[in-house]
Amino acid sequence: MATVFTAEPKAFPKQAAKEKSPAPTSRLDGIVEESLSFTLAEELFVTSTVAVTLLDTRVSPFGMRVRIALEQKGAKYEFSEQDLRNKGPILLEMNPVYKKVPVLIHNGKPICESLIAVQYIDEVWNNKSPLLPSDPYQRAQSRFWADFVDNKVYFPGRKTWTKKGQELEAGKNGLIESLKLLEGELGDKPYFEGDKLGYVDVALIPFYSWFHGYETFGNFSIEAECPKLIAWCKRCIQNESVSKSLPDPQEVYVFFMELRKKLGLE
Amino acid sequence: MKYSMAEEIKVFRSWSSRFALRIIWALKLKGLEFDTVYEDLTNKSPLLLQYNQIHKKVPVLVHNGKVICESLVILEYIDETWKQNPLLPEDPHQQANARFWAKFGDDKVLQSIWGGVFLKEGKEQEEGVAASMENLKYLEEEIRGKKFFGGETIGLADIALGWLAHYLDIFEEIVGVKLIDHEKFPSLAAWKQEFANAPIIRENWPDRDKLVTKYVAMREANLGKGTPK
Repeated sequence: MATVFTAEPKAFPKQAAKEKSPAPTSRLDGIVEESLSFTLAEELFVTSTVAVTLLDTRVSPFGMRVRIALEQKGAKYEFSEQDLRNKGPILLEMNPVYKKVPVLIHNGKPICESLIAVQYIDEVWNNKSPLLPSDPYQRAQSRFWADFVDNKVYFPGRKTWTKKGQELEAGKNGLIESLKLLEGELGDKPYFEGDKLGYVDVALIPFYSWFHGYETFGNFSIEAECPKLIAWCKRCIQNESVSKSLPDPQEVYVFFMELRKKLGLE
Repeated sequence: MKYSMAEEIKVFRSWSSRFALRIIWALKLKGLEFDTVYEDLTNKSPLLLQYNQIHKKVPVLVHNGKVICESLVILEYIDETWKQNPLLPEDPHQQANARFWAKFGDDKVLQSIWGGVFLKEGKEQEEGVAASMENLKYLEEEIRGKKFFGGETIGLADIALGWLAHYLDIFEEIVGVKLIDHEKFPSLAAWKQEFANAPIIRENWPDRDKLVTKYVAMREANLGKGTPK
């Protein structure tokens, strides 16, 4: 999958840094200690010279949301793939509470939690492609449904590939029920907020890359249950910001398999 | 703009819901007049079920016929519709920060204290206490040096975490475990006092004795003792 830079990345000279060990002129004054581990110094150098960095993993649907939002806005950023089994110092520094991805770092300051980051991006890059509607009532509807995706899609969906037996079935049924409600909310509109890709679309579409995994391990077809939703998914993918930000479903499948092996399901 | 007397604001709540209380606070802090519909959550009205088909819960706000559900969503709606006494700052990063702590409050603090401590006993409760302490430590760090999470005035995060300033004492009393003590969490303990006694907030706490009765029954029901409510 192509990298997500929309323009030339500000090249962080990784090799050069290893040779020279530069002292970081970090905007995190006061936090930076004298005796830094090299990795932290290297990472802080990146965050202080590149205005937007995204700490993320390719397969994270939450990370995908932030990527799509940045792409929609034409915002340049550095994608920093994190190893979640061996969390790096910058991730722990920037998200001490949850220690999770995604973390958006803008001018040295972190924004954690994907939907919060998407709202932040919408506020800051407000000159193009608004994601949330401008009317407070419409915004409330968007926030409601994005919150619904967080609670009622991710958790049941997860059961379809991390559980078996009754728990798997419960997950499957919960997921289908949620997707049908979302289908109902979408109605005949091309996108959730109307004519263009918006906040709820951004909240939900990343899970499309996880559907193949859900279907394989859960042994069901989402398209059979929710054809309109799948049509919406395919429509979303026509947007470059989405197609650039979603990994290949095969990549997600491999990720699922690795975790399943760890859970003793394979 | 929106101060007209033709505004119709209605809040569906229960007498005890700490989530609905957030909405009452926000509306009163903005100086707004509204009607209240008290729901018996064991016997939900058809109107509530119609307004909140997805979750079937309180609070629900109805503003000039427009229905909004989910307390944090409602708070943002209120703040965006009525601009006086803002709950969120203007700076986007500070806004993100306020939202983060409000969400942390619900996802972590509430879950660990309610689900992990209040509804448990024995070893499970001990684990819940440890988890709650971890979460409270983050709040302590965030509130240090500030009067409110929102700064000088009550903000979104204060309202979201506000239940700690009244309901927590009740939970602590019932289970016999002190979570926010002055020594371990001095800044958080100070915030609790400040918030609990703030104008509007101090006038709207539900009756303490009634809450004790209710929560004792809930705890016993959850632990399989006594008759469920």
